[in-house]
Amino acid sequence: MNIRSLTRRGMMAGGTAALGLLGSGLIVPARAKGVAPTPSMRGGSNNYRPGAPIVERIGGGGFWMTGSVRRAGDGAPLAGQRIQIWAHTTEGHERDWHSHGATLTDANGEFRLEMPQIVPAFGQPHGHLAYDSGEFKTVFLRPIMANAGDTSLSAHFVLEPA
Amino acid sequence: MRISFWNRPEPGWQVSGLRAALIWGGLIAAVLVTCWYALSSPLLQWRDPIYILAGFAGVVGMVLLLLQPLLVGGLLPGLEALRGRRAHQVIGLALVLSVLVHVIGLWMTSPPDVIDALLFVSPTPFSDWGVIAMWAVFGAAVLAILRRRMGSRLRLWRIAHTGLAVVIVIGTVLHAVQIQGTMETVSKWVLAALIVMALGRVVAARRVWALLSASKSR
Repeated sequence: MNIRSLTRRGMMAGGTAALGLLGSGLIVPARAKGVAPTPSMRGGSNNYRPGAPIVERIGGGGFWMTGSVRRAGDGAPLAGQRIQIWAHTTEGHERDWHSHGATLTDANGEFRLEMPQIVPAFGQPHGHLAYDSGEFKTVFLRPIMANAGDTSLSAHFVLEPA
Repeated sequence: MRISFWNRPEPGWQVSGLRAALIWGGLIAAVLVTCWYALSSPLLQWRDPIYILAGFAGVVGMVLLLLQPLLVGGLLPGLEALRGRRAHQVIGLALVLSVLVHVIGLWMTSPPDVIDALLFVSPTPFSDWGVIAMWAVFGAAVLAILRRRMGSRLRLWRIAHTGLAVVIVIGTVLHAVQIQGTMETVSKWVLAALIVMALGRVVAARRVWALLSASKSR
């Protein structure tokens, strides 16, 4: 087998895929319907504790949960939105109160909360996030880390009015 | 033809001391290595005792699953024929208990995750396979209890029990290999392969599918 031709083929395939991704990324926001609301994920609300307090960070920190909150339709960033976060970490189980905390989005609709390292539990290294303040429809997310060793995880909300 | 593991005659075969030692040594090594890795997983330091017990009960159940076809097929030296079948019954009971400890322990650790799994709405695909295997284990155990009452329908009994064994093995393997848990990856895949091979060996040797057409023609 010719290694050079294999490389070229790989680059062609990779380049085409990258172009396709770019194209789809550019086209989606331009659709007439606008930005679609994020549906809740399966299992997202498991071990949810309503009313988790807003905290500087959860426990000793070392891991970053980040993300954004936007409005469905025009995709405008939503500032001051309360997002609750919990997970099975090096400092506790999902059901433990001290594993839960909340934070607010900034002027750009972005949030960022330090928490203990998430470790695999129930088969996957995953976190839980909730928007439940009532102004918009409640959404529960359950993002999965690509690698158990990752030190950050992100999740993005697009909310529709309640 | 050379007699090997795959084609040796079923009953009345002579097993050499070395051969017996190799079979038992290999089996015990596979079991110990699997359990050793699972019990030294770094994840254990962030889990409470009930969660650790529940997870390890799953590992034990998978290990017992390797023994089941070997025992009923009379493939373990010293435990052939009736003794193998008796041991198959005892291990079968232990398998049911390990499944119960696994599920109840996980339920106590995180009730909503187990409820999702039992209702087949879990976000994790391996949960569905685990629940399917669980029901097949219970079904195979109930059949084992009912065996004597089935009278002359033993052919049907064997097809059903073997069919459930196939579901248990497929379900358990698809459950275990997708989980990021306390089992170490290589030992987990080796154990899974051994289980599939053991079941395949016994089903093939017993020609269970031949019973299927025989029972249809009756």
